[in-house]
Amino acid sequence: MLRETAVLMTRLITGVNPVWVDCDAASSSLRVYFANHGSHLDFATLWAALPRSARDRTRPVAARDYWGRTNFTRSVINVFNGLLIAREGITRQDNPVEQMAGAMREGHSLILFPEGTRSKDGCIGSFKSGLYHLAEKVPEAELVPVYLQNLNRILPKGHLLPVPLISSVVFGPPIKLDDGERKQDFLARAKEAVLNLAPRNHP
Amino acid sequence: MNWSSPVTHHVLIAVFGVLIVSSVIGFILKRRAKTEEGNATVKNLIARTNSWWLMVIVLFTALSVGKLGATIIFSLISFLALREYLTVTPTRTADHMVLFTSFFIVLPYQYWLVHSEWYGMFSVMVPVYAFVLIPMLATLGGDVTDFLERSARTHWGLMVCVYFISHIPMLMTLNVEPLRMGPAGLVLFLVAVTQGSDVFQYVWGKLCGKRPIVPKLSPKKTVEGFVGGVLTASAVGAAMFRLTPFAPWQAALVALVLCVMGFFGGLVMSAIKRARGIKDWGTLIEGHGGIMDRIDSLCFSAPVYFHILRYFFTPN
Repeated sequence: MLRETAVLMTRLITGVNPVWVDCDAASSSLRVYFANHGSHLDFATLWAALPRSARDRTRPVAARDYWGRTNFTRSVINVFNGLLIAREGITRQDNPVEQMAGAMREGHSLILFPEGTRSKDGCIGSFKSGLYHLAEKVPEAELVPVYLQNLNRILPKGHLLPVPLISSVVFGPPIKLDDGERKQDFLARAKEAVLNLAPRNHP
Repeated sequence: MNWSSPVTHHVLIAVFGVLIVSSVIGFILKRRAKTEEGNATVKNLIARTNSWWLMVIVLFTALSVGKLGATIIFSLISFLALREYLTVTPTRTADHMVLFTSFFIVLPYQYWLVHSEWYGMFSVMVPVYAFVLIPMLATLGGDVTDFLERSARTHWGLMVCVYFISHIPMLMTLNVEPLRMGPAGLVLFLVAVTQGSDVFQYVWGKLCGKRPIVPKLSPKKTVEGFVGGVLTASAVGAAMFRLTPFAPWQAALVALVLCVMGFFGGLVMSAIKRARGIKDWGTLIEGHGGIMDRIDSLCFSAPVYFHILRYFFTPN
């Protein structure tokens, strides 16, 4: 009930318009959706753009130091069944990649923002290595690049009030880690896959 | 809307008659279409007709509620149009407060002024107060990149999507007597003539359009389509004179002015789309694109129509 309301509210505010480019929306394979990050609305919007069956088994990955701060932020992220991971102070016991791989072994797909933080100017920053390590650990997963358009305009970093512009979520053809592909090459390729989905007339 | 007047009955019969005939034609053509291209055209025709059903029903429902209904429905149309316009208009993070204010303060206040019938403020709020408010708020964003362009673009959107469209429900506050169908007739005349002109231009253009007027802006707008469409819509306007305070010849003349304004409204909005590299403003109405694609001609014709009525057809 709470989840349905969250989906409806997100769709209402962001007017989200999912586009699937060479990517099967109804596929039941294990997936990591990775996207550019510019707004608090990103994970909710991407999540709301998924077909219902996929949404039910997809968990957004969120920073524990941010979303785990208070009871309120924790309850917000719980509505979306978020997976809280550590961004700093990583130890062998508290290893985010191990946590993500664990969730995937339980059959969950993930939503991941490899830049690690929200961009301020709408440009896509360099990708952190978590996506690479996850691809190594869960080689059967399909890595789906996603481009989120306009969400950084609807609710930019540092603002509390959303502006009702129309966003779009573009899902691209899945990629996989090639045998022996170097980390830097793979991360550059993944970023390129997201950038390729950006419409040319992006305002 | 005056339900007991025979004029109202004739309008209802005519409008729904046209819709039913179009739906029947679409149904027949669908069975006959052979070629790929023919199929696509018929599909588009049917989608457009279906959207027209929805738009007509929404408009009549709103008008039957009266001025309040019209105010609410056109404020929603303004909201959706502004949303489409600003979505494809480049702004920067520093404009966030400007955008928020446009949607949630300027727009509702403009329609509140329609509701409260404070004509003086209605006519200057967006041109004067929103004009100064937008750059004021933008300075606080502290970003000088394209400062004037950003402010101008946002203000332009408010003028077109909010200020001009708000003149349509404002028609119902005019002291025009006597109106056989009630004030709703004034709105119907404007919408029927302007939108009819678009439809007739499309039809004439499909039938015998050859010479494009401004091929760079809108290759489908042809001289033949324009002349045929405008003359047909003006004739329709003359036939609808009973909805207005006009004599038949005046109705034809006013309709002609509205058609020309509507034509340029469409052309201007098309130029903006081309400059942005987009084909449609949105995807809201099937077969039509966005709501902006449907109302672009009304944006320019509504204020002119309002002023013709206010300055020449009301006492004092």
